[in-house]
Amino acid sequence: MNFSIDGHAFSAEPHPGQCLRTFLRERGDFGVKKGCDQGDCGACTVWVDGAPIHSCLMPAFRAADRKVTTIQGLASGDALHPVQQAFLDAQAFQCGYCSAGMIMTIAALDETQRADLPRHLKGNLCRCTGYAAIHDAIDGVVNVSDDIAGNACGASLPNPFGPGIVTGHARYTMDLDVAGLTHLKVLRAPHAHARIRSIDKAPALAVPGVLAVFTWEDVPRRLYSTATHEDHLVDPDDTYMLDDVVRFVGQRVAAVVGESEAAAEAGCRALTVEYEVLPAVFDPELAMAPQAPVLHHKGGEAHGNVFAEIRGEVGSIAEGFAEADAIHERTYTTSRVQHVHLETHGSIAWKSDDGRIHVRTSSQAPFIAHEKLCHLFGFIPADLHVFTERVGGGFGGKQEMLTEDLCVLALLKLGRPVKWEYTREEQFIGASTRHQMTTRVKLGAKADGTLTAIEIRVVSNTGAYGGHGSETLAASLSSPMSAYRCANKKGEGFVVYTNMVPGGGFRGYGASQSTFAIECAMDDLAKLLGIDPFTLRRRNMVTADDWIEAIWSGVSDVEFGSYGLDQCMDLVEEALATGPRRPVPAGEHWAEGTGIALAMLESGPPTEHRSGAVMELLPDGRYHLAVGSTEMGNGSVTSHRQLAASVLGARAQDIDIINADTDKAPFDTGTFASTGTVVAGQAVMLTATALRQNILSYVARITATKPDDWALEADAVVGGNARISLVELHAKGTAAGHRFLAKRKAYLSPRTVAFNVQGIRLAVHRITGDIEILQSVHAADIGRLINPMQCRGQINGSIAMGLGWALTEHMDYDDTGHLKNAALRNYRIPSFADVPRTQILFADTYDTIGPLGAKAQGECAINPIAPAISNALFDATGVRFASLPFTPDRIFDQLQPRP
Amino acid sequence: MDINTIRQIERPRAAAEVTHWREGFAWLSGGTWLFSEPQPALDTLIDLRAFDWPDFTLGPDGLKIAATARIGALDALAPPPEWTAGPLLSLCCRALLMSFKIAHEASVGGNICMSLPAGAMISLTVALEGTYTLWPREGAPRTVKAVDFVTGNHANILEPGELLRSIHLPAAALKKRFAFRRSSLYHLGRSAALLIGTSGPDGDLLLTITAATFRPVQLHFAAPPSAEEVRHAIAAAIPHDGYFDDVNGLPAYRRHLTFHFAEEIRAELAGPGAAA
Repeated sequence: MNFSIDGHAFSAEPHPGQCLRTFLRERGDFGVKKGCDQGDCGACTVWVDGAPIHSCLMPAFRAADRKVTTIQGLASGDALHPVQQAFLDAQAFQCGYCSAGMIMTIAALDETQRADLPRHLKGNLCRCTGYAAIHDAIDGVVNVSDDIAGNACGASLPNPFGPGIVTGHARYTMDLDVAGLTHLKVLRAPHAHARIRSIDKAPALAVPGVLAVFTWEDVPRRLYSTATHEDHLVDPDDTYMLDDVVRFVGQRVAAVVGESEAAAEAGCRALTVEYEVLPAVFDPELAMAPQAPVLHHKGGEAHGNVFAEIRGEVGSIAEGFAEADAIHERTYTTSRVQHVHLETHGSIAWKSDDGRIHVRTSSQAPFIAHEKLCHLFGFIPADLHVFTERVGGGFGGKQEMLTEDLCVLALLKLGRPVKWEYTREEQFIGASTRHQMTTRVKLGAKADGTLTAIEIRVVSNTGAYGGHGSETLAASLSSPMSAYRCANKKGEGFVVYTNMVPGGGFRGYGASQSTFAIECAMDDLAKLLGIDPFTLRRRNMVTADDWIEAIWSGVSDVEFGSYGLDQCMDLVEEALATGPRRPVPAGEHWAEGTGIALAMLESGPPTEHRSGAVMELLPDGRYHLAVGSTEMGNGSVTSHRQLAASVLGARAQDIDIINADTDKAPFDTGTFASTGTVVAGQAVMLTATALRQNILSYVARITATKPDDWALEADAVVGGNARISLVELHAKGTAAGHRFLAKRKAYLSPRTVAFNVQGIRLAVHRITGDIEILQSVHAADIGRLINPMQCRGQINGSIAMGLGWALTEHMDYDDTGHLKNAALRNYRIPSFADVPRTQILFADTYDTIGPLGAKAQGECAINPIAPAISNALFDATGVRFASLPFTPDRIFDQLQPRP
Repeated sequence: MDINTIRQIERPRAAAEVTHWREGFAWLSGGTWLFSEPQPALDTLIDLRAFDWPDFTLGPDGLKIAATARIGALDALAPPPEWTAGPLLSLCCRALLMSFKIAHEASVGGNICMSLPAGAMISLTVALEGTYTLWPREGAPRTVKAVDFVTGNHANILEPGELLRSIHLPAAALKKRFAFRRSSLYHLGRSAALLIGTSGPDGDLLLTITAATFRPVQLHFAAPPSAEEVRHAIAAAIPHDGYFDDVNGLPAYRRHLTFHFAEEIRAELAGPGAAA
């Protein structure tokens, strides 16, 4: 067959059942992405004879004798297509993984289609941006500012990898051609709880192209946790690489390696496994009952399925409730949701000629993955290299080692490179989710609204394995319990094993769940007392003069490096009253309401977290920065360059950056828990400061002056009338044996706090249950904005994700623990049509703890979204919806007009 | 995605050449569903596009739609103005979860043969009193009423290898007045309920209930019915457990919408413009 792809004509015979997407990627057209491989996300969009189609759904043979255009063929030579340029100008991406498909779709729209963006963009999902920046690109808005030496910090500078992202040349984890590559697939458990009696490998090994089969008998019998933290002891060692007991539907049973994905898949289908089905339990309250089947016998079985139990009390809630004029008590529940980073989990492992092992992975924590692989396989650390290139989204889902281990196992056994890429279905059944939590809140207050006691009880369903279980529980009892001043507070929480897919890290990390409960409860209390929700919060919310205290009386390392909650409350109140909004939809039966919620989040985790950086002055007068932290759309490569440039008086573009590579950068715990700015950013700051000192000291030495006489500018050191170019300085110094190099490490303590307040105005249809967001207002106290555009991007993305949690996303299980909607067509993350514009406002604060005045900001904005929606619904209807999500079918029966 | 079990694509010139049908075969139209999931039971695809059927035939007796016509093409079709119900073509094409890019490839016949409750091409062709021409592998073609084709969720009357050739929508139905109601749990999503009413010159009401139920339910009222009559007829036709249950809408909600939309449709078609 004859093909023409991006102007290149050639003949080839695709496999009979091959889709165009893999046919293009096989040729090295890696710009064509796989988000779902099912036609739902649009990341693989290409043009066939000028019409945009989803290449994962088109049989490859149908593209024969037609003209195929991919993102890599969209530009004319060096001249970008206007939509590519618009994406750069607006920075309409974060991780950039959806951009290729998004650009190919938008570039194909005519004027009529552009007038109806909700409909024409519903086939392109973005999990990072909340679509605001994409809308900006379509409207021709320029969000980037100029890169001026000395002014890098605070400027909206673009992502250095932007040109690669918009042209399809940026390389994500799977965008690599490896000679002799083999492919790994796993067979996943069909039962929620079962012992494996036997696995017959023979039929699988007989499949042509199958190279090896691995079962629990072939792996190191060594316990570990897939969760990644600096302190490995915070997560339970309750997992084997492959086990003879399966504890959730979807757990991996066996791995098959083949010459092709097709062979490996066929091998999985051919395996014969005999199971002894065991009783299963899915509800954490039932799992705590004495007769419940116990999932793990690894030392903790005396506590049954309770993996962790956390308690604390300050003051006396008994006295507090006794003093109260009013008491409100209710149970609120939050749902399990999936991260849906557009790039699925995956790794490629190979061995170099020197015998070292290399693992290219899609991870938020390559250094911890490195440590875990050394633990599992007994490697000497220097023999192993783990790294990321571009990572297509994370949101906490990649704070987990899910694919690296089996790739390395197969590599060790076969000696050939191995690749394993999750399917979208596997993301739902075999990765991790947000922990489902049920929270009972009891509030006592005086008639004037002053809180006299706060009590919460949290039950967290960690699923079959306990990684992140205790940390998310602790987080749920921490910041959200510190947000209000009250002399008497008590909390208790339980992390419970059940036969569900494991919980994991997820943006907001436990605090989201209890914030939902507490913020709804505060609104319920306001109603009970007849006090305005703003007033009730202002009366009780923590102030800069308060001691920060959750439920433990011991001292913590959390301090107010700055305080802007009061500003955020004022900003939201004013904007709700005066800001732009849509009218209530036409027709009868719409009820309108407004709701607010506040959230407080510690900037960084209470567990250990470290980061390191190395900087060097290069011979051409530019700088090189190596920092361990991962970039997965959070913007840290951009902000780190800005921090360094700011210290060095340079332009951000003068700084080359490499990150997240155990060979090329110093250790970093990982980019999670909002540490990209406050820990890795701190390491960059310290390193840049040390390099500046190095340079200025050297100049002072060779000129017999003082370092303070000199300053760094864009390309030179300047002192009085003297000016020495950095190129000249580097040459001179190097010749004299000087090294323009610096390395520093940062450690997270103390920790500051960030605040977010969300206001929502909505209309709900009393008959159909449809909800329309009429106005969305968000105020953030995140200190100085290193990159205002990126800060807005993180907040817009968090809001969209919060809207999904509240309104559209629902993992629907049957009573045997099977997920019924393991595909994006039935698990709906918000599309363009579902996300309104948010008016984003910032408190004017400068933090004394965070680098250059900044605070953490990647996570906290999600926390007030869902409760603000519940509170707006409450305001509109008088009905409290206390269980997420609020899909119309789950709320309609409580909305019917009273006769 | 790649369907790795497929060994062969056959591209015959005419359906009559396909005399060797067996298990493992499937007709390939747009491929937008086939290629969206693993198909371990299939090894051969037979390409319908090779038949080169003309998409649409408009005539005084109505509209003939080839099963292979793309949904996007049907959406773009400009119906003659005397077809009062013509806007339903586009409304139904846009009542699908699929992106306009998928509609470039997905076919009308494919949507019907998938036979999902939310298949809006089913809603359209049932509401417009369509008939389907089916080509069995052996024997003469047969014609069935659209309303009788789907038998349940993802189930229909097709025999193994039998092919949906075309859909005919009669001019009389296309010239009726109509009312359309649809709801989804999120914006532009999959239908939780899709109801269409049509009314002819004699003031009758033909009410078609889809998406809410496992298969289309059609109720005919010879004279403009009262609200009560419509409620009774729905209750009689659809048992409590007759409403579809999946993540796109709980059964109680679909039932509730069905009654609500049916009443809106009744009132709309009984209003100004109704036959005296």
